[in-house]
Amino acid sequence: MAVKIPHNMSTGLKIVLTLLVMFLVVGCAEQVDPNEPVGFIQIKGSDTIVNAAQKVAEEFMKEYPHIFVAITGGGSGVGTASLINKTCDVATASREMKAKEIEMANKRGVYPKEFIVAHDGVAVIVNNNNPISKLTIEDLHNIYTGKVTNWKALGGKDLHIVTLSREVSSGTHIYFKEEVVQLGPKDNSEEFSTGTLLLTSSQAIVEEVVANEAAIGYLGMGYLCDRCKPVLVAKGGEFYPPDVENVLKKTYPLSRPLYFYTNGEPQGINRLFMDFTLSPKGQMQFRETGFVPTRLGESLSKSGLPRREVPSRSRIGTVIVQKN
Amino acid sequence: MFRRINEKIIESCIKLSGLLVIIFVFLIFLFLLKDSISLFGQYPIGQFLFGRNWLPISEPPKFGIVPLLLGSIYVTIGAIVICVPFGVAAAMFIAEVAPGYLKHVLKSLIEILASIPSVVLGFIGIVWLGPFLRNTFGLKTGMCGLTGSLLLAFMALPTIISICEDALVGVPRTYKEAAFGLGATHWQTLWRIILPAASSGIIAAVMLGIGRVIGETMVVMMVTGNAPVIPKSILEPLRTLTATIAGEMGETVGGSEHYFALFAVGVVLFIITFMINLVADVCMRRAKK
Repeated sequence: MAVKIPHNMSTGLKIVLTLLVMFLVVGCAEQVDPNEPVGFIQIKGSDTIVNAAQKVAEEFMKEYPHIFVAITGGGSGVGTASLINKTCDVATASREMKAKEIEMANKRGVYPKEFIVAHDGVAVIVNNNNPISKLTIEDLHNIYTGKVTNWKALGGKDLHIVTLSREVSSGTHIYFKEEVVQLGPKDNSEEFSTGTLLLTSSQAIVEEVVANEAAIGYLGMGYLCDRCKPVLVAKGGEFYPPDVENVLKKTYPLSRPLYFYTNGEPQGINRLFMDFTLSPKGQMQFRETGFVPTRLGESLSKSGLPRREVPSRSRIGTVIVQKN
Repeated sequence: MFRRINEKIIESCIKLSGLLVIIFVFLIFLFLLKDSISLFGQYPIGQFLFGRNWLPISEPPKFGIVPLLLGSIYVTIGAIVICVPFGVAAAMFIAEVAPGYLKHVLKSLIEILASIPSVVLGFIGIVWLGPFLRNTFGLKTGMCGLTGSLLLAFMALPTIISICEDALVGVPRTYKEAAFGLGATHWQTLWRIILPAASSGIIAAVMLGIGRVIGETMVVMMVTGNAPVIPKSILEPLRTLTATIAGEMGETVGGSEHYFALFAVGVVLFIITFMINLVADVCMRRAKK
């Protein structure tokens, strides 16, 4: 099939044509095996998990070089909102989806499906020079609601406590609010004290705690480093540090699961990604980024929730609840 | 014949792009207004404008913008108080005092100042300026209004300096000559003749600087601590209108109350910047006369 090029054609046009032909040839050479999965997965959500998810995605892309996975943080709320607005394929979250959000999703024809991908301890950190090394949940409650405003009251230095929190879009913010700020009866509607600083990332919390002797902050244990120290936390009993062992045994009081959500039963490449995430290799990445891998085959079924369809036993052996 | 048609086409293209700009501004305003009006169906406008609490994810949510508005105003006033004297003085130096070579060096350095990305300034604020201010003033935390004001002043300086300088240079030469002729010194001329003559231009520069400061988002979100509290002083953490929109927009679901509330905050911000630009425009026009 010869293409006849007229003699009077300008040089520019010739170059363009040549390039076009070259692209076509290269394109042919690059053509993938039709059985190979190809595509693009957009993941959005929790800042807590963003590093872990990034590692999972990198390993996943090594295994499936023709699937591109993009990950953005911003907070669990961001992930949930994008799943509902249909701007991501997988939403990551460090909190459960709220009933109101599920309702809103269903209204838009989105049926979030929940996967527990790992466990995490919410560590409370203070400056290395702060003599305080352990606090009870009640202490934390008093600090964050503004009932205790000086470290002296807790046996520390005479310094005004600077409470740091994440922005309202953070799942950790909501978890901490429910578990610590609104401690006690279900209808407790206390709020973070208004002087609480709302920082935009977990890293910003680390930086402020490192720089400020009077600061206290909280974050997912994946962000712990030696520049600041985690305090031991007790809920009515002994004090435990936020480490893998105590999160797994649930003796550390601020432990929580981390979630991935997809719209309905994941299909195609999303299915491949979820399978990979829950495979030993995927779980390993969570371990390496400081989280606690979920045990394989752990049942996540929760009673009392109506199911849209009978959940089939998925390949990874995890029973998944379809919330409706 | 062909040329005339060609000219017609080009002319109408240009006219179209001019009109499009107007239409875009108008549409943006309508878009903001439409979504924020949806809020006031569910949430009383009085509580929005005069509410003292911003608790968007509580049950029930509270969308009172007083703390945010005050946060923005505090940071802006702080920044303007810091950068206007500096900016005007720098412009006076460049326009009237500096020798030729220094003038060129300064002008290009100021352009470089304008091109520093705001995230970089925010980062400097978190790592260096915040801790420095905390130690110097013995504050609870370096994440406060003053840190934001200082960085914003730094960001507004190039705008203020270059517009002021234009205004000072634009003062007719005859004024200066007349002053010298009457025996005034260089300083007297500069302070009593040139500066008053350029005052409209300087006010315009200040207004545009304010517009730049009040609309800035990244820096304030990174360094002011974002606590939605009614600030007692600029040395306390505070939260601005812009940081609220940027920090919370991502998590809102389209069509929810919170989503509409952020649009309403956007309208408030839009109205503020619109007024400021209007005043600046009037001053500019007066300066030209």
